[in-house]
Amino acid sequence: MSKIAAGLVVALSTFAASAADATQIERVVSPLGIEAWVVHEPSPLIAMDFAFAGGGATQDPADKLGLSSLAASLWDDGAGDLDEKAFHTRLESKSIGLSFSAGRDNVRGSLRTLSANRDEAFDYLRLALTAPRFDTDAVERARRQIVSRLTRATTSPNDIASRTWWQAAFPGHPYGRPPGGTPESIARITIDDLKTYTKRVLARGQLKLAIVGDITAAEVGPLIDRTFGTLPAEPELKEVADVAMQGLGRRIVVPLDVPQAVVTFGTRGIGRSDPDFMAGYVVSHILGNGTSSSRLYHEVREKRGLAYGISESLTWLDHSALLVGGTATRSAVTGEAIGLIESEMHRLGESGPLEQEVADAKSYLEGSYALGLDTSAKIASQLVQIQLDKLGIDYIDRRTSLIEAVSLADTKRVAKRLLDAGLLVTVVGKPEGVASTE
Amino acid sequence: MPKPPPKLLPKLLGIANPRPGRALAVALTLSATLACALLAALPLSPAAAAPEIGHFTLANGLEVVVIPDHRTPVVTHMVYYKVGAADETPGKSGLAHFLEHLMFKGTSKNPLGRFSQTVSTLGGHENAFTTEDYTAYYQRTPRDRLKTLMEFEADRMTNLVLTDEVVRPELQVVLEEQNMRVANNPGARLYEAMEAALFLNHPYGRPTIGWRHEIEKLDRAQALAFYRRFYTPNNAVLVVAGDVTTEEVKALTETTYAQVPRVAEMPPRLRPMEPPHEAARTVTLADPRVTQPSLRRLYLAPSSHTAAPGENEALDVLAAILGSGENSRLHQALVIEQDIALSTGAGYDGTALDYSAFQVAATPKPGTTLPQIETAMDAVVADVIEHGVTSEELERTKNKLVADAIYAQDNQMTLARWYGEALATGSTVEDVQHWPDAVRAVTADEVRAVARRYLDKRSSVTGYLIKDTSRPEGKHT
Repeated sequence: MSKIAAGLVVALSTFAASAADATQIERVVSPLGIEAWVVHEPSPLIAMDFAFAGGGATQDPADKLGLSSLAASLWDDGAGDLDEKAFHTRLESKSIGLSFSAGRDNVRGSLRTLSANRDEAFDYLRLALTAPRFDTDAVERARRQIVSRLTRATTSPNDIASRTWWQAAFPGHPYGRPPGGTPESIARITIDDLKTYTKRVLARGQLKLAIVGDITAAEVGPLIDRTFGTLPAEPELKEVADVAMQGLGRRIVVPLDVPQAVVTFGTRGIGRSDPDFMAGYVVSHILGNGTSSSRLYHEVREKRGLAYGISESLTWLDHSALLVGGTATRSAVTGEAIGLIESEMHRLGESGPLEQEVADAKSYLEGSYALGLDTSAKIASQLVQIQLDKLGIDYIDRRTSLIEAVSLADTKRVAKRLLDAGLLVTVVGKPEGVASTE
Repeated sequence: MPKPPPKLLPKLLGIANPRPGRALAVALTLSATLACALLAALPLSPAAAAPEIGHFTLANGLEVVVIPDHRTPVVTHMVYYKVGAADETPGKSGLAHFLEHLMFKGTSKNPLGRFSQTVSTLGGHENAFTTEDYTAYYQRTPRDRLKTLMEFEADRMTNLVLTDEVVRPELQVVLEEQNMRVANNPGARLYEAMEAALFLNHPYGRPTIGWRHEIEKLDRAQALAFYRRFYTPNNAVLVVAGDVTTEEVKALTETTYAQVPRVAEMPPRLRPMEPPHEAARTVTLADPRVTQPSLRRLYLAPSSHTAAPGENEALDVLAAILGSGENSRLHQALVIEQDIALSTGAGYDGTALDYSAFQVAATPKPGTTLPQIETAMDAVVADVIEHGVTSEELERTKNKLVADAIYAQDNQMTLARWYGEALATGSTVEDVQHWPDAVRAVTADEVRAVARRYLDKRSSVTGYLIKDTSRPEGKHT
């Protein structure tokens, strides 16, 4: 691209004063039409995060679970003329950090470089995205490592509890399948599968980009066109159905010989675009934010010493919404802890939170946002998440007023909606007096 | 001299690595992205890139470090006490960590919950952690609330109030923490046994969290006695990082920390030291839940405080060449060339007062036995002892380590920990500042010399994690 201007550059937003003084987020649209959010910071570094929305584990074929994870682990294991070792040596010798990961819904990646090596770093990223090699020896090594990890997970109480929970919550839906696959499914994946998947999901159409550091908005356009421009315009994504969580009221015990039983619990949540989301966020914070200011922590840990940690949080996916939490307790008191979780949720659902609790929670949620935006890397990651959540480039500005607008009445109404539906609970260990429901 | 603290919860558990002590959900949240480094041959020297560090000591003996970072209006406030598990009386293991939990139980002025609630209402985070050598407490909040944090933390430096009503449930919480970190985890149980075998005489052989049968007997009186013996301004280091100046911090200490009386005198920290090691040790842990056998070895090594000049940095370089990343010796030999291992690693963290451990580890590919993998690992170690390292490896590794240090400056919490941990383990502000230069100065001869001196099997423990086949599957019936 010989054009100097990087397409449309508009300064649309500033962080709230409490988030980052005078830091501007600029929306850049490249000559090829790729959008990026850019924060120019005086620093010798560049942090870029990106996502291919919708390209995650939901796209795995039913008999090839874990395809997305295996592919993501291989994109930086050799590309173009550079084999695995040569590619890693180049990255290491320039101290360039490049990584990819596949989640349930999305594929995410990050690039970290010194601005002096900017063009070279983006070239490696382009190669990884457009010309990954999938050499047989690299594929087999990655496959063995993943199989080993998945095999270990088959005897880990935390993994079993979580896997069992998701399976029961989403029977017959991609969300019910293990996103990383199983030892058997990973064994079935071929190099052709990896190539086909890569071509299907790595496309410009669902790309979300945020770049923070020593780069100006004007420089971004040509750079991202060179990096991402040769990708297909649109991904070929399988439709994924919206789904409500199942298994409410159900309890599943998986026996395992460990001294401490691991518990996963959850219920239906509130979608990110639901008008009640913020009120739900406040209610969830009050119930189980994992610190002494939450009801679950206070009752289960502080007052009775039943567990070291207990927390829950709202989890929003593209096609469902959840409230999921966990704890771990000695076998003798596991039943007592589960009973307390259920009764505390019921109590909060019935009577709603106290006025002071709501005020404190709002104050926390407003103030704590800045702590998540105090490094370049954190800002880049957060700006991609805001794009994935479709919240708009002015979200950081609007966030405080969205929280402020939550009233006590809102939280009471939403607490009832959120906490009165019953729980799906999975327990792994040898909990005394806790049995599976039929 | 110490290197930057680990960016995430450590991959290889080391004796000097912090074991986050409090709530799961507010465990250390250091940025993972810092683990990727930047080019070291950059025009600016690390010293030039480093912020202006403030450093002074109050009349009551409290040492203060200020690390200005004005990019965002946030502060990180940390207090390090120079007391850890290795300072416990034999028979009372776990007391330092138990007291860390009890420090959240309030004072006469600020009863139970007020400090935590205040931090939470400010949108702040708090946590604490205990290691063999130090116990640290921290909060992160908007910059304008620093004074409040200092008032609370100064108050609980000497005014802790404990009742059995709060102590007893907290003991159960700590026992659940032991369950979670150790009892439920075969790898962690093996590691405890390895540390106990590595140290023939030094208290680093005890687990920081304590032995379960001794934790069970801890109580209020023991915790208070320990508190009165070790919690005093002259045994602490205050680190403030973020959007503040040294002058501001100095002024704020006047009405807060400067008012705390010196309540105990601190004798030198002299622990029983190790005799010469003559017998290589092996430890085996068998558990039905082990799906993949693995091997790990700990060599007794000096800490940044006890190493001869230059040795510490040479050990950092050696660990990276042997086991860090896909270009490392162990990975190339065992995973790529011989194709007998799934993964390998090596590590060294000198952040400790008396000793550290140099670690190597490997997980064999199915079909490869532990003795086979051990022979191959020994050959890689023997080769580096005999032939040293290449200049290409040396330069690449030094660049990477220096780059890590420069990258650490993106994160005020990482910087605060780096200084706090150094000062709590006998190093100085200057040591931290000069660490990149000291790494740059490491020669190939020095790397070979520390390999020859410290990678000595007679002062090592080799741990084998294997499957117990007498109880198939580990399924409870």
